Amino acid sequence: MTGEKILLSHGEGGKRTRELIRKIIAKRFENPILSPLFDSGLLGRLDGEIAFTTDGYVVTPAIFPGGDIGRLAVCGTLNDLSVCGARPVAISCALILEEGFPVQMLETILDSMKAAAAEGNVVVACGDTKVVEKGSADGIFITTSGVGIASDGWRPAPENVRPGDRIVLTGTMGDHQAAVLIARNRLELAAEILSDVAPLSSMLLDVLSAFGGSVRFMRDPTRGGVGVSLNEMAESSRVRIVLDESRLPVAEAVRGICEILGFDPIYLANEGKALLIVDGKSADPIVETLRKTRYGRNATVIGEVTDGSPGVLMKTVIGGLRAVDYPVGDQLPRIC
Amino acid sequence: MCLGVPARVMSVVGTSATVEVGGARREISVLLLEEVREGDWVILHAGFAISKLSPEEAQRTLQYLREISDAAEIH
Amino acid sequence: MQLKYIDEFRDPGLARRVVDSIRTLWGDRPPMRLMEVCGTHTVSIARGGIRPLLDGAVTMVSGPGCPVCVTPDGYIDAAIGLGKRPGTVIATFGDMLRVPGSFSSLEKERGQGIDVRILYSPLDAVEIAAGSPEKEVVFLGVGFETTAPSIAGAILSATERKMKNFSVLSSVRTIPLAMEVLVSDPEVRIEGFLCPAHVSTIIGSDAYLPLAKKFGVPCVVAGFEPLDILYGIYLLLRQKKRGVAAVENEYSRVATPSGNRKALDIIAKVFRECDIAWRGIGVLPRTGLAIAESYAAFDAQRKFGVEIPFAEEKTACRCGDVLKGKITPRECPLFGKACTPGEPYGPCMVSSEGTCAAYYKYGVQ
Repeated sequence: MTGEKILLSHGEGGKRTRELIRKIIAKRFENPILSPLFDSGLLGRLDGEIAFTTDGYVVTPAIFPGGDIGRLAVCGTLNDLSVCGARPVAISCALILEEGFPVQMLETILDSMKAAAAEGNVVVACGDTKVVEKGSADGIFITTSGVGIASDGWRPAPENVRPGDRIVLTGTMGDHQAAVLIARNRLELAAEILSDVAPLSSMLLDVLSAFGGSVRFMRDPTRGGVGVSLNEMAESSRVRIVLDESRLPVAEAVRGICEILGFDPIYLANEGKALLIVDGKSADPIVETLRKTRYGRNATVIGEVTDGSPGVLMKTVIGGLRAVDYPVGDQLPRIC
Repeated sequence: MCLGVPARVMSVVGTSATVEVGGARREISVLLLEEVREGDWVILHAGFAISKLSPEEAQRTLQYLREISDAAEIH
Repeated sequence: MQLKYIDEFRDPGLARRVVDSIRTLWGDRPPMRLMEVCGTHTVSIARGGIRPLLDGAVTMVSGPGCPVCVTPDGYIDAAIGLGKRPGTVIATFGDMLRVPGSFSSLEKERGQGIDVRILYSPLDAVEIAAGSPEKEVVFLGVGFETTAPSIAGAILSATERKMKNFSVLSSVRTIPLAMEVLVSDPEVRIEGFLCPAHVSTIIGSDAYLPLAKKFGVPCVVAGFEPLDILYGIYLLLRQKKRGVAAVENEYSRVATPSGNRKALDIIAKVFRECDIAWRGIGVLPRTGLAIAESYAAFDAQRKFGVEIPFAEEKTACRCGDVLKGKITPRECPLFGKACTPGEPYGPCMVSSEGTCAAYYKYGVQ
């Protein structure tokens, strides 16, 4: 592999590109669908309703405590499939690299993607690599699309959400965004926080096979956190959701960061969590099941669906009531 | 206008100190305080310790809170 | 997972009982009209859902203690103007980013090419200047007495390090005289003040003695946690019931009667008192802190010959009346319609602790 940095010629389609793809990229994702390196990955006949999703990943820094952009790119797309009840089948991987990007870092990121894909039981079926001039991209951008087979009998049904249903969150809020914030090191904060980035496919699909009928709707609370996702869910289902502030799971160090900067953890991004709206009676058994899994250890019921005009409210720690609205943009460190 | 959070002093070097809030740590200035020691509690605002926090007074305030609540119950 | 000295003051059982005590103490009397001066109290009250809990006993009126809300359009305009100078970095607390000036905001201008850096501490701005000697770093020094010593600390650090590329555009205001103006205004009708926790930590609870004496208005310094606020309100009601007008300090674990002497000395060293405009209120004499002569080299206004006009405000904006407690946010015709957190017309809606923002974000209809 020539030199230690990605060059423009690596993206120009010639010898260097072939070298990069064969020796660095495709070598890692070796599988029967990808290996012929056709212009498309042929997935064969898929039996069932097909789910399809896509996402772009631009996180800075590319590597952060608990993960990296590669793991994020795979898990994010797998989780989008899983919360729709789809078993992931294949993903694509399109890379945009900035001229000068260290090859070693690329290899680390690709290794991460390989491990995440293996854990999520999915193949990388196709991909693309482009290189842009220095300054035209922030190191590395990754776009992954994912194809999955929707479970027989289960579809997201926001229209079925009704008063009495309860909200389950599979673990602590804000770990990912807090970890990235610290890794950016613009605020000079230190803490032992790891991003929660994880593939949730087997955890969620197991819950669906055991409790399918009781689960109405699921989402993964990424950008904007639980606060935004719940507002979206309340809007789709046209219901009122009331949260219990004392039940919101937040790791101590994340709370510490939030208190210092004036952040509300409810709006911080998560990359290894899911929100489930479930039938009231099944909430506790579902939580019990989740708590036995690797990524659902801190699962808990955080609220319920009630009568009333659509929106999200929260019963505060001291017994008051407040609204939880959509935030305007990213939270900023404040003094007030 | 004054987001200030109780933080524990982990170490002091000159007018700088490292403080911790529930596991989150930062190096801050203790220029505004007379004398700060490891183990002290301070209020952190905008990267400065603006005051010490007295654990004894904190307990006293909580005690007053319990007392007014109890008094209400007697009535 | 307990955060010490925070969670104890959020105890739900104790809070419920304090609310009951307030009801028992106050009975059927008409609600006492209290002003929480400080924006952080406004937000804490909103986030705790406290207002509905005390409905009927207390009417909480939000005051102008939101440094962003009382910073005139002209200041943002001046900051943008400085930002447009080549090689200039505008360093600011996050609070200022989305505040609308006369024609634009720092956020919008950042999109157009101005170098705006959000930071947590004024000292971080000094570090940026130290690390980029070819750049001119202007720190937006907005705040009250709580933040003034930190801004002064940054200026002292820059002095010590003999820096030539660091300056502060000052927008610092002081609270007690502003409280006097408010309590004297018959339209505002304040019967008691919930005094700011951290301003009081710097200036001392004794700073409110002249106010209590001259105007016969009870003053209680209270912390920002829900139990602090509830206890502070309890003490105000108790004073009123007893016919007393004194200064009490609920936040005794931090604030003291004489305040932080060292911080006050540093403020006196780096700043001097001046007249200053409060958005929506007007010019209040002696309520501003301008950078003193000996530190003129770090005063962005003098360094760059910048004027901060008390710009003509958008006439439909009622922030001034909201800030003085004359109307509630919902009484402003623009609230929720032409003025929302996403598209704010005035600072009360965009500031992280603006009264209107608090009502909009946390208020239950």
